[in-house]
Amino acid sequence: MFGLGKRDLTLFLIVAVMALFAPFILNPFPTDSGMAQFNAGYPDLMQRFVIFGILAIGFNILFGLTGYLSFGHAAFLGVGSYAAVWMFKLLSMNVIPAILLSMIVSGLFAVVIGYVSLRRSGIYFSILTLAFAQMSYNLAYSVLTPITNGETGLQITLDDPRILGVSATADGGIPVTNLFGLEMRSFETLNIGPWAFQFSVGYYVAAVIMLISFYIAIRIFRSPFGMMLRAIKSNQNRLYYTGLNARPYTLAAFVISGMYAGLAGGLLACMDPLAGAERMQWTASGEVVLMTILGGAGTLIGPVLGAGFIKYFENIFSKINDQVVHGWVSFLPDGLEDLVVALIHPFVGKGWHLTLGLMFMLIVIFLPGGLVEGGQRISRRLRRKPAEDDAKSASTEPAE
Amino acid sequence: MSKTTLTRRGVLRTGAVAGAGVALPTIFTASSARAFTNEPTGGSVTLGFNVPQTGPYADEGADELRAYELAVEHLNGGGDGGMMQTFSSKALEGSGILGKKVEYVTGDTQTKSDAARASAKSMIEKDGAIMITGGSSSGVAVAVQGLCQEAGVIFMAGLTHSNDTTGKDKKANGFRHFFNAYMSGAALAPVLAKAYGEDRKAYHLTADYTWGWTQEESIKAATEALGWETVEAVKTPLAQTDFSSYIAPVLNSGADVLVLNHYGGNMVNSLTNAVQFGLREKQANGKNFEIVVPLFSRLMARGAGENIKGILGSTNWHWSLQDEGTKAFVKSFGTKYGFPPSQAAHTCYVQTLLYADAVQRAGSFDPCAVAEALEGYEFDGLGNGPTLYRAEDHQCFKDVLVVRGKENPTSEFDLLEVVEITPRGQVEYAPDHPMFAGGALGSCNPGV
Repeated sequence: MFGLGKRDLTLFLIVAVMALFAPFILNPFPTDSGMAQFNAGYPDLMQRFVIFGILAIGFNILFGLTGYLSFGHAAFLGVGSYAAVWMFKLLSMNVIPAILLSMIVSGLFAVVIGYVSLRRSGIYFSILTLAFAQMSYNLAYSVLTPITNGETGLQITLDDPRILGVSATADGGIPVTNLFGLEMRSFETLNIGPWAFQFSVGYYVAAVIMLISFYIAIRIFRSPFGMMLRAIKSNQNRLYYTGLNARPYTLAAFVISGMYAGLAGGLLACMDPLAGAERMQWTASGEVVLMTILGGAGTLIGPVLGAGFIKYFENIFSKINDQVVHGWVSFLPDGLEDLVVALIHPFVGKGWHLTLGLMFMLIVIFLPGGLVEGGQRISRRLRRKPAEDDAKSASTEPAE
Repeated sequence: MSKTTLTRRGVLRTGAVAGAGVALPTIFTASSARAFTNEPTGGSVTLGFNVPQTGPYADEGADELRAYELAVEHLNGGGDGGMMQTFSSKALEGSGILGKKVEYVTGDTQTKSDAARASAKSMIEKDGAIMITGGSSSGVAVAVQGLCQEAGVIFMAGLTHSNDTTGKDKKANGFRHFFNAYMSGAALAPVLAKAYGEDRKAYHLTADYTWGWTQEESIKAATEALGWETVEAVKTPLAQTDFSSYIAPVLNSGADVLVLNHYGGNMVNSLTNAVQFGLREKQANGKNFEIVVPLFSRLMARGAGENIKGILGSTNWHWSLQDEGTKAFVKSFGTKYGFPPSQAAHTCYVQTLLYADAVQRAGSFDPCAVAEALEGYEFDGLGNGPTLYRAEDHQCFKDVLVVRGKENPTSEFDLLEVVEITPRGQVEYAPDHPMFAGGALGSCNPGV
């Protein structure tokens, strides 16, 4: 089916079903219960899950297959966003041209950066990509302000031309991004008892694109080209000795990976038409690396899980303040309540970085294969037999 | 197998089409005054406090959050009521807003537009916030203001000083109480001319982003109108922490005044470097060398320590003012937290009260009704004297304080002394002033 093996097809279908029913899966708690704080099923966060999932899938094609650790993937994300917003400003609010241009521009960008950076491997490659990304960030921040609007970020305004669309809607507002009239921001709420599930158009558009990207990634992983990339990871010198030039393969992987990042950037702009320079900052590049390692580098599903994990912490844990914690433990006597709140305080709200850092350390120390390894260990324990064929996709080779 | 896949796609397609079908009628209902985003239905109303809790402006953010918590307490009838007693409007009764108990959610902007918008979005989509407020950076304020315009909720800007917030990036759903760079220039220039003379040569060091540029432009225009000459204006990267290489050329440039268009940690570092280079003891062109910091805050003054003494700047508000509103606010803030509030805390507190009051007067949470109640609204008793929320650009007009770093501080909070209170008339400008031109409010958006 679709040229996929049985295992891959199962995986793909699981991802598809999860993406389709995400509004239910991510909203397990009734809206008015105390646990509603942990619900993640609102449009913006779900969109982020799948969009950063795309970014991580693309990053994994480069890092997971060739072992080249790019520390500058945020640059492509930012370039994609800028391209998409410019399309909204100049052409129309339809997302299709925006997504196409963001992929093309980031692809070209990747060719240039890749051509230079791939002359080196290992740590030198990482540093080169980091330098390029930081250069793009600083350019976007100051010198290129006419194109990027600097620190404020590029936004759509009422007086943009929009040749194929309208500059302003009939009632004087800025038009919204749409897919042939289907507004990205519109959503429907389904009330079932105390639960409220939100179905957002933007989310489903992003989810469908994520599934397509995921499918392409599977095909790449299983193709002769993917095998070639694995060969580069395991021993590049041997390839050269056999008379094969590895450079075109790595460059192709780099460009594909860059286009995935550009696509993610473009989608971010489609859901929320703004592009800021900080999307290119080195911390953003580092985040992609974290997502991939956290989920499991070299596995298919791992990066998507890692992306979800990090975005969940960023958006849910950072919003738990002392008031909320007090609400949870209000059944305790006063003195004890304050003590418990004081103990939890450093880990929630503004301390979400700390919690995420601790989780990252725990996972890297005890589950070097990331969340995927965790899942495999659990299923192995349940099935009580050593899984031999899983080992291939979850090989835990260190980053080069 | 293919059958199930077809069904999945079919479901997806049907879902999308059905979604479109259901969404379509809402386009037509959008103009009706009844429906608006996040209309509070229960016994409570949720406000979203979106402040930097991590990153370079975390200090300001923490103080803003304290002010918001205090404002909510006062709105719900707790504490001593603070400025609600001195406020010229008596619509608020301490029983929440329109009888609904005020609740709030908080978020971390990280001083990044992206994170700030994500956090504001989750407040609107998940927590049902009817109003978003906060921000300690103009870039973030502009970004979140744009988001609120699209989503159809009111944005009450916190600390944002760039001209653009109510200039080229102004939005119908956004309101700013804080003063701006133009006002700083207009208030500061006459005081500078009086203190340092009218034939000065200025050298600008400017943080390289929107706020820095608009401030540099404003100060230049205001001082040059009084006879000053601008020798050079150098942009410094926002992330810079050591300004030595930027300070050294100042000495040989022929300038005799250094203007630091920096804020927060940037300003603390650049001022410290300048003082280490002995600029303040230098003579240039037969005059004492002077340093000016156009936008001051107490938190910055504390960071700069000794170096701040005698340096002139402007500020939106200071806790040592002696009007009734300020005294009431400082008292209730001090009682709750043990120290006086910063100007960031003040503007955030005031914005929350102003929003609540506007809803109360409008009799509805509808953003368009609230905007109408705020536009052209004259009020007093909130610490800045008589103030106007101008309808044309949603900017507040009020007196501006020119302050100086105190020579003999009596406590760690008593760092600034008010030199002059520049009257409102002197800092006013036309809505189509060139520094503010290029944008449009558009029409108010009540959302769905």
